[in-house]
This record gives sequence, structure tokens and C-alpha cells, in this order.
Amino acid sequence: MLWVDKYRPKTLDKVIVHEDVAQNLQKLVSAGDCPHLLFYGPSGSGKKTLIMALLRQIFGPSADKVKVENKIWKVDAGPRTIDVELTTLSSTNHVELSPSDAGFQDRYVVQEIIKEMAKNRPIDTKGKKGFKVLVLNEVDKLSREAQHSLRRTMEKYSASCRLILCSNSSSKVTEAVRSRCLNVRINAPMEEEIVNVLDFIAKKEGLQLPQGFAARIAEKSNRNLRRAVLTFETCRVQQYPFTNNQAIPPMDWEQYLSEIASDIMKEQSPKRLFEVRGKLYELLTNCIPPEIILKRLLFELLKKLDSELKHEVSHWAAYYEHRMRLGQKAIFHLEAFVAKFMSIYKSFLISTFG
Amino acid sequence: MAPVVQSSQPWVEKYRPRQVKDVAHQDEVVRVLTNTLETSNCPHMLFYGPPGTGKTTTALAIAHQLFGPEMYKSRVLELNASDDRGINVVRTKIKNFAAVAVGSSRQGGYPCPPFKIIILDEADSMTEDAQNALRRTMETYSKVTRFFFICNYISRIIEPLASRCAKFRFKPLTEEIMGSRILHICREEGLSLDSEALSTLSSISQGDLRRAITYLQSAARLFGSSISARVLISVSGVIPNEVTQAIFSACRSGNFDLANKEVDNVIAEGYPVSQMLSQLYDIVIDADDISDEQKARICKKFAEADKCLVDGADEYLQLLDVASTTMQALTNMPQDMACES
Repeated sequence: MLWVDKYRPKTLDKVIVHEDVAQNLQKLVSAGDCPHLLFYGPSGSGKKTLIMALLRQIFGPSADKVKVENKIWKVDAGPRTIDVELTTLSSTNHVELSPSDAGFQDRYVVQEIIKEMAKNRPIDTKGKKGFKVLVLNEVDKLSREAQHSLRRTMEKYSASCRLILCSNSSSKVTEAVRSRCLNVRINAPMEEEIVNVLDFIAKKEGLQLPQGFAARIAEKSNRNLRRAVLTFETCRVQQYPFTNNQAIPPMDWEQYLSEIASDIMKEQSPKRLFEVRGKLYELLTNCIPPEIILKRLLFELLKKLDSELKHEVSHWAAYYEHRMRLGQKAIFHLEAFVAKFMSIYKSFLISTFG
Repeated sequence: MAPVVQSSQPWVEKYRPRQVKDVAHQDEVVRVLTNTLETSNCPHMLFYGPPGTGKTTTALAIAHQLFGPEMYKSRVLELNASDDRGINVVRTKIKNFAAVAVGSSRQGGYPCPPFKIIILDEADSMTEDAQNALRRTMETYSKVTRFFFICNYISRIIEPLASRCAKFRFKPLTEEIMGSRILHICREEGLSLDSEALSTLSSISQGDLRRAITYLQSAARLFGSSISARVLISVSGVIPNEVTQAIFSACRSGNFDLANKEVDNVIAEGYPVSQMLSQLYDIVIDADDISDEQKARICKKFAEADKCLVDGADEYLQLLDVASTTMQALTNMPQDMACES
């Protein structure tokens, strides 16, 4: 088992990083009940872990027994029926699903499937009516229509069903949905907190972890706990016992992007642009999301630039990322950004050095 | 007060006014509707206004008061965005419901006038085609059916529909009205709320009573019965002042890397950037030492970034762009790259 899973806190009182949030959640459900919740925060900050721990707190160990179901729902949409395929993860008391998997059909998932699930409520052994929890992942990727559909569902079935929404940024969740939930912000752990977690894991595994090394892993992880733990495990495989100046393997795609960045800096010509395009394609085919590529590329470029150019370059990065979101094919916009950068940089060079 | 309700019920539902006269602050509507109750007649209605001002509540309350619990099911059709409302539904479901003729039968003290009500909640999310299909239906069956449209933005309702209705604008609640409502709930729930917390609550909820009540309930759930201003801010998702000030002073310093670091920090802390923008906007507008031209330049960027965020653009890049533009404006850098597309 990966350490990331092995040392995932199972209950709210075992949580190390977001102790205050966990305590509040515990208070929240102490009466055996909770409002709708919206968890938001950057990835690798522990949203999912907290949600699972919360479910366990409410329903006891039965929340652990989940079965994966892949079902095709027939949705009646006027003249024709639409098949929506959706994978759900369910236990007796909760159902977890990512409605955005259905793509542009996500509206039907919310309107039909979630409504259907929200309607029937479970009855526990004592015959007391309980409530059901629906965990929706990646709400920020839901379309506008789907989010609008969600709002009334949340009110109408509030007696029998609680929604727990999980998203990376709360800007993309509509105001209407946000105002119906208790918003829980999960911040990315500070570097010291990451070091603490690494120490904890090292102790459990019986490893010697030099302080400097842990700090370096934490620094490299960009405040992403999952990544820190994964890196830690990789390092363990590569070399043990640890030394303070042991090399931490960077992500290969990041290295690749920094190569691209230095390529762009070295020469600005159509020929170089063509080469860069090939490399960008390779990253895309390896399933690195285009916005991450663009962000990382900007990060690498900013490191090498004069401050007067930084403003302009960051502006264009934002501009092309927005375009990318509106458009269909990411590669065009990535390439446009690279071309724009080349032109800016070249004219800067000409005007400075003649 | 209402009979013993399950504790699980949100307070927003629990304290939803059941009668039209209890609806706070919307005097014209209340007057017209009380009149309706007496004369048992009313025009088509269009309610519009910001969220949390009582539109849905009013519509539901009048329907309940007109028909009573028994007739309600057969006389009122409530459709909202969670139901499919394409042109097909308008042509079949709505039309069929509208076409049925009903008599007037006074039952159990309710007026029960001889018409049915169709409530179309969140009507601004209906497609234009569907709205167009409604025009004739409204007129043909106006003898037996009244339509209530509820929406946030009246501009999204097509003109022919709007002109067929009596329009009512729902105003954002003032601080006093909101305060008295909140205090009422506090009394019912046995909460203690000091005056500072009360004014904080009104300011962070910006006239949206539903939001205010939700914050209140969340705060009560998390921190027990005595609620302070600090607690309310922490549950409401408002960004603490230090954070916004840090970004703003980084912009003032004119150091790009410093601003970049602050932006990184905001993203890692998980603060919503749209909220960040509106709070930065407040700071910029209130600042005395910024010239009008600079303010205009910064605000223009805010607007662009906000639009991009709505389109789903990346938060980090947008905030960085805003920070960089703000910095350029504040340090009077030339606006050489006009950035027009």
C-alpha cells in the first residue's frame, strides 16, 4: 500500500494537519446531523481525507464498506432518451459521484440521478428515518445549468439528504449554491506542517529522517501534502539511509518544461517554435493538463526574466489561458503563448542591445 | 411558532414566512397581494431582485394562502431550474396544466379563486425559445391560469413576457430590517449576539437574508450559542483584511516577485479569487492617495478578470495579472501594451 493511503487519517481525532477544522467538524456532527457542506481548497490539502473521516464519524465503520458501481442511467429528455454512464461509489448511507464525468450531459445527472437518490431515504435498524449523504466531487467543473439545477434540489430534499460538495476553487461554484452550504476552506498545509507529517510517517516506518532533508522535501512539494508524501516514498526507494543533501528527483514533466523554457530563451525563430510545439504535444499526450503546462512554463520563464518584462508576460499568460478555456484545442493557445513570448522577448532584446 | 420541527431543518426553511404579510421590507408587493387575498383576483406577476430578498417565499406564501393545503396540489404547479423546462415542457406540461378549467369553491376558509397558479422559479435560466412559447399560452388561458415568474435579472426575461406581467422589484434588505429578523431568530433559538456581531453579519451578507441566516446557523453549529464577529467572518468565507492588505501593499511596492509570492500564498490558502477581487476593489475605491485615472485603470482590469473567472479561467493567472496591472498603475508605469486583442 502506498504511504499516502496507509497514513491517511481514518477518523477526525487522528487528523494531524487540519486539527482545528477537524474539531469543528466533530462538533458539527455531534448531534448526528449536519448541514450541506462545501469543501474547497487547492489539491493535496486534504479535502477528501476530511470528508471520508467525517462520514466515518457520522455513520460509524459502515462508511468504509463501499462498493463501486458502474451503471447506465436512462434519462428521459423529451423526444429521446439519453444514456448517461456514471460510476458511483456507495455504502449504505452515502453515495459518492463525480457528475462532471458525464461531460456536457451533467445537467441530466443533477436533474434526474441526484434527485432520484435524494428522494429515497434510508431507514436504520431501529426504524428511525435517517438521512443520506451525497458526496459530489469536482463541483467547480459542473456546467452553469447543472449548478442551477442543484440549488432547488438542495432545498427540497433537505430533510432526507445532505450534500457534501468538494471543489478546488470556490469562485467557480455559483453564489446560489455557496449560500446554501456551510463553506469549509481547507488551506494547503504550511511547510512546517508537512515536515511534521513526514516525521510522523518516518517514526511509524522506523526510518531516520534528517531534519534538513524533510524541510527540502516540503519546500519542493509546493505545499501539496500528497506530493510530499509520494516524493518521500520515492526517495526511500532510491536511497536509504537518507542524507541531508540527497537529491530529490523532480517530476519529469517539470524538468521537461524547464528545458522548453530555456529553449525558448535561447532562440526566437519559427524553427524553434516548431520544435517547441513537438515537445508541448508530447506533454499533452502524456496527459499533463494544459493549464498546468502553461502555469509551469510561466513560472520557469519568470525566473529568467527582467522585471519589466514580467508584467507583460504574465498578462499574456492569463490571456491565453482564458482563451484556452473558451476554445477547444489547447495546443493552439499554448503555441500562441510561446510565439507571443518570443516576439516580446526578441523586440526587447533588439531595443536593449540593438 | 411552527410546531416542533426536526432539528435537522435548515433555519432558512424553518423561519421562512408562511404568510404574505410576514414578508419583510417589500411593502408594495405585500400591499398588492393582500389586496389579492381580499378580492381573489390578481394579474400575472413578475418578481425580480437579488438573491435572498424573499421572492420565492412570497410566491409560495400567496399560493398557500389562496388555496390552503388541500387544494394546493391541484391548483399550483411549481417549476424551477431543477426541473427540465425546455420548450417541450412548455408545450406539453405547462400547457396541459394551464388548460384545465377550475371552479371557485370556498373551502375551509381559504379564498380559493377560480384560477390556477403556475410558479416559474428562476425563470431567467429558461431558454429564449421556451419563453417565446409561453407568450400565447399566457394569453389563451389567462381566464383560468396566473403565471408567477421569479428571476434575479429582469433583462433575461424577454420583453413580450415582461410586458404581460405586473412587475415587482424586490429590494435588498436594509440593515435594520435584517437586524430585527436576525434578532427574532436568535431569541427563538436561544442565541446571544452582541451588536458588533450583528452589524458584521449585516455587512458581510450584503442584504441577502438567506445568506445571513445560513451564516448564523453555521456559526451556531460550530461555536455554540454565543456568537462573536470573528466567528461570523470565519464561517462566511470573507477573506481576512490582513491578506488583502498584504497583496495591496505588495502591489504598491512595485516589486513583481513580492507580488507573485503573495499571489501564490493566496492560492495555496484556498481563498476564492472572486471574493478577493471584490475586497480589493473596496480597498482601491476607498484609497485616498490613488488618482482617479489610476483607479479607472485598475477597476477596468478587475472587471476583465472577473469575466474571465466566470468563464472558468485559472485563478492563479488571473490574480497575478490583476496584481501586475495594479502595480503598473500604482507605480505609474507606462501603459505601453494596450493589451487589446
